[in-house]
Amino acid sequence: MAGSTLEIKDLHVEIEGKEILKGVNLTIKGGEFHAVMGPNGTGKSTLASAIMGHPKYEVTKGSITLDGKDVLEMEVDERARAGLFLAMQYPSEISGVTNSDFLRSSINARREEGNEIPLMQFIKEMDGTMDLLEMDKNMAQRYLNEGFSGGEKKRNEILQLMMLKPSIAILDEIDSGLDIDALKVVSKGINKMRSDEFGCLIITHYQRLLNYITPDHVHVMMQGRVVKSGGPELAERLEAEGYDWIKQELGIEDETVGQEA
Amino acid sequence: MTVETQLPYDRQYVSQFADGRGEPEWMKNLRLKALEEAESLPMPKPEKTRINNWNFTRFEHDVKGEAITSLDDLPENIRVFVDQENISKNLIVQRNHSVAYQSLSDELKDKGVIFTDILTAMKEHSDLVEKYFMKDAAKVHENRLTALHAALLNGGVFLYVPKNVVIEEPVQVIFWQEDDEAALYNHVLLVADTGSEVTYVENYISHNTEKESVANIISEVIAMDQARVSYGAVDNFASGTTAYMNRRGVAYRDAKIEWALGQMNDGNTISENLTNLMGDNSYADAKAVSVGRGNQSQNFVSKIVHYGKHSEGYILQHGVMKDRASSIFNGIGKIEHGASKSNAEQESRVLMLSSGARGDANPILLIDEDDVTAGHAASVGRVDPIQLYYLMSRGISQKEAERLIIHGFLAPVVKEIPIEAVKEQLTQVIEGKVY
Ligand SMILES: Nc1ncnc2c1ncn2[C@@H]1O[C@H](COP(=O)(O)OP(=O)(O)OP(=O)(O)O)[C@@H](O)[C@H]1O
Ligand SMILES: [Mg+2]
Repeated sequence: MAGSTLEIKDLHVEIEGKEILKGVNLTIKGGEFHAVMGPNGTGKSTLASAIMGHPKYEVTKGSITLDGKDVLEMEVDERARAGLFLAMQYPSEISGVTNSDFLRSSINARREEGNEIPLMQFIKEMDGTMDLLEMDKNMAQRYLNEGFSGGEKKRNEILQLMMLKPSIAILDEIDSGLDIDALKVVSKGINKMRSDEFGCLIITHYQRLLNYITPDHVHVMMQGRVVKSGGPELAERLEAEGYDWIKQELGIEDETVGQEA
Repeated sequence: MTVETQLPYDRQYVSQFADGRGEPEWMKNLRLKALEEAESLPMPKPEKTRINNWNFTRFEHDVKGEAITSLDDLPENIRVFVDQENISKNLIVQRNHSVAYQSLSDELKDKGVIFTDILTAMKEHSDLVEKYFMKDAAKVHENRLTALHAALLNGGVFLYVPKNVVIEEPVQVIFWQEDDEAALYNHVLLVADTGSEVTYVENYISHNTEKESVANIISEVIAMDQARVSYGAVDNFASGTTAYMNRRGVAYRDAKIEWALGQMNDGNTISENLTNLMGDNSYADAKAVSVGRGNQSQNFVSKIVHYGKHSEGYILQHGVMKDRASSIFNGIGKIEHGASKSNAEQESRVLMLSSGARGDANPILLIDEDDVTAGHAASVGRVDPIQLYYLMSRGISQKEAERLIIHGFLAPVVKEIPIEAVKEQLTQVIEGKVY
């Protein structure tokens, strides 16, 4: 079996009564890397949050399925255990809970009671992954994201990704706030995940991330929809020319949500 | 408006009680005077908490407890408070009103450390105890309950650390109210002489859910110049015990007192922690956590008063409230005139787990000096849904995610408890109270 399939059909999402997503269609399969680009405020994070089940977002129409199973019926934790993962644009800080306890609980949540990951094995895996991501070992015993710098938070999200090994991951601006070296390290981690068993949706503003992680498909979001899709060359053109040509092509004046084409 | 505080213990009883224990004359007199004063003194008036209906009168005052020859004789639910791998050589177990077990390492004895039950201390170190007992940290006539404490004192310990003696291992006391009706009128007197250092940990335990009793407890910590005292406590009285607890500290020049209090009583509780920073450069760190559940009503005061220049006081109170429990958290930082360059900081946070619970955080800063810094933060809120979402997005169930957040919220104090077994017990108690 070649990984999982996440299928998003005609997805409409509201936040506090305001419609943000207005019919998103997207399919991500194991083995595929998709990039989603688009100007600020066009609904990219909303899409990611709706897939994961953020409490503030309400799906009013459409469907999300993972291997045919209705994701919208699932609680947030069930979605995660079904194989979804979201590296968040703004990860929460949780005081008093060490990074390592949190990760261990997350791993054990996927395992049967009585079959928890042996502590030594866990420590070994975490040490190895932190080495790969060039993270300071102290980060394991620090409180979850508390006082982490922007870049450290992003690395920590990738640490979780690598330890939890989801079948479909969404990475929301994993590259923002990263210096060039960190960008390389994080990309290395993400590329290491690449296999037929792993599909990924990468939300980014910058081609520079895609220089390290080559996407198979590139999508552009505007006004709460995917307005254009293509291959890696689409991202390169956006980098060079910006979004105006797409707006012209589609007759869009204001690309943010709330505006109609 | 009648508050029933008439006790069945009169002058004759107290006098006989003191004689029976062979106490020095000064203590007997202090008791009798206190008993007399108690009649006219008012009850304490905790801010925003009504204590009219609380039981302060129904209890047994003099209940023996059997001695044990080895810690293995303790029941499991008490023994767990002792580190099995690294049994403290400096340990007292008080059972009702008797000492059941007592040990102090030869090394500390040789250095002049005194660690004994308060009765023995009054007899064997009468002058030393008299010098500090309810003089500087707590006073007999503060209110009716402090006076009754002095009159009816029936347990406690005395710990004296001589000049420049540094005790590495924690000193531990377990106060076990084994009898469901035995009242603990317990007094802890800890004197850390100049330049000394000590870590002290105490546990209060009872299991009386049906029968009623009273705990009227005063701890006094005297930290002389340059002394350092780290004081950890886990209060774990069952719902039948009404608790009035006062933990007081006095810090002289360059002295440091650090409190880590796990306030886990299940009954109605008034718990006050007050440190007077008398000396220049003195320092107090008062950390406390509590969990309220059922119908219990609790009132917590954490107060630091600055007299010395350059003195520093830090208050942190975190409380978790569930069911229909009600708690008031008062944080008071007071800087007296002349205590220039002092710093008073406080943080009070209350986490509400149910809509029927009540939690008030009252930060108070009273400042009589210009050249100081001070700050406070207070909040009353629910578990943050975005934090829950983040944890759950990693596959953790809602229940487990809440558990992590609550333990995390209480961690600032739990992690400060110096004895592993006690820390573990505090964690278990929290677990038991929250779920
Ligand atoms: N609570 C809210 N009430 C109203 N509008 C909201 C609310 N939260 C978000 N929005 C709006 O939804 C739109 C989409 O936001 P979203 O975060 O999905 O954008 P994005 O494409 O991820 O942008 P960026 O590139 O800046 O991260 C924005 O216009 C935002 O202002
Ligand atoms: Mg976004």
